Amino acid sequence: MEAPMQKTVHQPSKRSTKDERLTFKQMIKSNMRSYSMVIALVLIMLLFQLLTGGILLRPLNITNLILQNSYILVLAVGMMLVIITGHIDLSVGSVAAFVGALAGILMVQHHVPVWMTVLICLVLGALIGAWQGFWVAYVKIPAFIVTLAGMLLFRGLTMVILEGQSIAPFPKTFQNISSGFLPDLFNGGSLHLFTLVVGLAISVLFIALEWRKRNGQKKYGFAVSPAPVFGIKMAVIVAVIMIFSYILATYEGIPTILVILAALIIAYSFVANRTVVGRHIYAIGGNEKAAQLSGIKTKRVTFWVFVNMGVLAALSGLIFAARLNAATPKAGNLFELDAIAACFIGGASAYGGVGTIGGAIIGGLVMGVMNNGMSLLGLGIDWQQAIKGLVLLAAVAFDIYNKNKAA
Amino acid sequence: MCAFILEMRGITKQFPGVKALDNVNLKVREGEIHALCGENGAGKSTLMKVLSGVYPYGTYDGEILFKGEVCKFKDIKQSEQLGIVIIHQELALIPYLSIAENIFLGNERAKKGVINWNETFAQTKELLQKVGLDESPHTLVGQLGVGKQQLVEIAKALSKEVKLLILDEPTAALNEDDSENLLNLLLEFKKQGLSAIIISHKLNEIAKVADSITILRDGKTIETLDMKRDEVTEDRIIRGMVGRDLTNRYPTRTPKIGEVIFEVKNWTVHHPVYPERKVIDNVHLSIRRGEIVGIAGLMGAGRTELAMSIFGRSYGKKISGEIWKNGAKIDVSDVSKAIANGIAYVTEDRKGNGLILMEDIRKNITLSRLGKISNHFVVDENKEIIESERFRNQFKIKTPSVFQKAEALSGGNQQKVVLSKWIFAEPDILILDEPTRGIDVGAKYEIYTIIHQLANAGKGILMISSELPEILGMCDRIYVMSEGRITGEVVREEATQEKLMRLMTKTAIREGV
Repeated sequence: MEAPMQKTVHQPSKRSTKDERLTFKQMIKSNMRSYSMVIALVLIMLLFQLLTGGILLRPLNITNLILQNSYILVLAVGMMLVIITGHIDLSVGSVAAFVGALAGILMVQHHVPVWMTVLICLVLGALIGAWQGFWVAYVKIPAFIVTLAGMLLFRGLTMVILEGQSIAPFPKTFQNISSGFLPDLFNGGSLHLFTLVVGLAISVLFIALEWRKRNGQKKYGFAVSPAPVFGIKMAVIVAVIMIFSYILATYEGIPTILVILAALIIAYSFVANRTVVGRHIYAIGGNEKAAQLSGIKTKRVTFWVFVNMGVLAALSGLIFAARLNAATPKAGNLFELDAIAACFIGGASAYGGVGTIGGAIIGGLVMGVMNNGMSLLGLGIDWQQAIKGLVLLAAVAFDIYNKNKAA
Repeated sequence: MCAFILEMRGITKQFPGVKALDNVNLKVREGEIHALCGENGAGKSTLMKVLSGVYPYGTYDGEILFKGEVCKFKDIKQSEQLGIVIIHQELALIPYLSIAENIFLGNERAKKGVINWNETFAQTKELLQKVGLDESPHTLVGQLGVGKQQLVEIAKALSKEVKLLILDEPTAALNEDDSENLLNLLLEFKKQGLSAIIISHKLNEIAKVADSITILRDGKTIETLDMKRDEVTEDRIIRGMVGRDLTNRYPTRTPKIGEVIFEVKNWTVHHPVYPERKVIDNVHLSIRRGEIVGIAGLMGAGRTELAMSIFGRSYGKKISGEIWKNGAKIDVSDVSKAIANGIAYVTEDRKGNGLILMEDIRKNITLSRLGKISNHFVVDENKEIIESERFRNQFKIKTPSVFQKAEALSGGNQQKVVLSKWIFAEPDILILDEPTRGIDVGAKYEIYTIIHQLANAGKGILMISSELPEILGMCDRIYVMSEGRITGEVVREEATQEKLMRLMTKTAIREGV
């Protein structure tokens, strides 16, 4: 009777050293997906850099890439949360068009100030989100159907209020949302010095935050990555930030829209990873019944996820209208599918509960770089669509293959 | 000596990092019922998956002989062709199809792809007679209870001309009557020459039906016992399974019972879909500080419904009645209010309702009370790791780290995570619904110990269980339910299985007369 008892006492201590290595291995394994997408993005960029003879990474084109994809990325951030809760939103493209149309009517026809228009439009987005969230969360109609209805409804309403016409042009201040740049406070001449300073500041801030996190973990006695690994990781990230800011600095500097995007990404990543609400969103997607029995107000959280999607769809509509400098009935066409594709390429699960904001951004960039690269190569829109479809399928197939291998 | 219908020799199955089976031998005689015992994680299910071809030939070492011939199954289809049919613990029937459609699913009575429905229904009728199920072949499976569904599974196996039937925990979800019925059916088939392997945690059932027992522990064959020749007692089997004597299956405890802390008064609940039906009828009950109160009852007596309706009205409609705690009426109109008032409900369905399987253990543990480790709605992950590590050590949850996903754990360890989750919420009243369902003897003992610790810490425990010995072994006081009503209240000293069983069937008998 003694022997087996002793064995169980000994095991934990003997195992603990192995544990840390195990968790490290597991960390790599569980992050495989996000790493592999980053690697895929880098490879795609290198491929097009070669094929286009170096045009892709030119400062002008990089800036263009950001401007071109901003409205999809904004949608992808909201869509990721919707998909994590186990739903889908097909209406975002139509909502973006509707909001853009309203902005046009308010500013161009009724001369409402820009700030007030933006405010009204975002509130309208929230109301639309609340409308759809109500049917999904409280009446329990599948989101696919509610938002399919919304897609038709808001596309129709867009055409009704625009009477089939486009409205243009917008005031300059409004256009600046998507085509403005931060001014150079330091007058760096041909090189946009302010951009470099911002890049440097971000690098320092990033290292400081990572350092604090590492020290916190040390304080609690958790295993941290060895100092050289940490150092290399920091060096690589700082190098990427600095090269990126240098590229921007040699053109016009930091686009206004990049600041908005960065703020959204940081805020939403924080909400998803670190807050109670974020945990609740993942829990609902993972197992709604268990979440409910854990005291989570599943209906209310789902409702607010849709409200949030509505606001972001409105923002996306504004950005697009500002970029196009017109409100048109056809705006936002197929945006929903680009945003959904970005989420699934970025590692979301169609069954809910899995996905990251960072993944959505990476997925969106993969799509964006491919769009841009193929356009530079002079590939027709027909082939672009076909290839994008295959890439979406390949990314998800790769995901499933990895999961099956792990099981 | 009878010939062996099945011989598995030196089976070794390796998963990355673990040896699930290590040189396992299993011999089953023609026409016997062979029980396979072992704790969860001992390798029983893996062995059966090797046998049925879920793990194809080549992914394991060793050989399988069926009726003296070496078999190299590539998939389940091949093993089924030889008459090896496995019925899994989780039933694999499609609720929206009829009994007949389910039985012949994948094995349709068809010519050139066109189904002959007359033949299908005629054969189904025959099969249903064989298993003693008095239902129309047209009945949808979803309308049947679990017990009857189990019989449909067996009929399905028979339709495949089964020679060796493998049953994985066939009675885990069944009540006593249905279990009895099923076991008798097995004995009946044995007389007709069918061989069977049965995996079960219920040792009394094994003692009833098995001819021989093979015990696995940690992926190794420990011994094979002959029920007739060897003197096999339940304790003997347990010793083989856990490698040590379990002299007492329930830990001892001296109850320190205080004042009444929790009361349910005039509690009535109606069915969520058929609101005219009363599921819980005017129930009164009370729990005192440090007391373990049991609820006994047959399946369908309304025990889970009672518990869930109390826990934030998670079940039912038109609920009336009052909940009192520490002498004051409390509001439990939704789950978060129930939790805030110090009530916890540990579900009977840990995978469906208890855990988020795809999430880390630590996130599961903290979910019901994230506020405790948060600062202005921001989760402190370092604190979370420390808190969940504490539970991992205290309850000996077998896992390399709290970053492990809940789905990777065995049943007993998953149950410990669910318990940790609710203990983390710091409740005063814990409602435990079948806290040891489907977990092995060793883990059960650990769970019992945890329950005792909770009671000793002054919490009130309400424990629902379908296993009468467990109710008798654990509870200070027992309420018996039947058809939504409390039919009796028995204190520990006066409780016997017979007495409880009489109360559990009380209404049914009265109506039967």
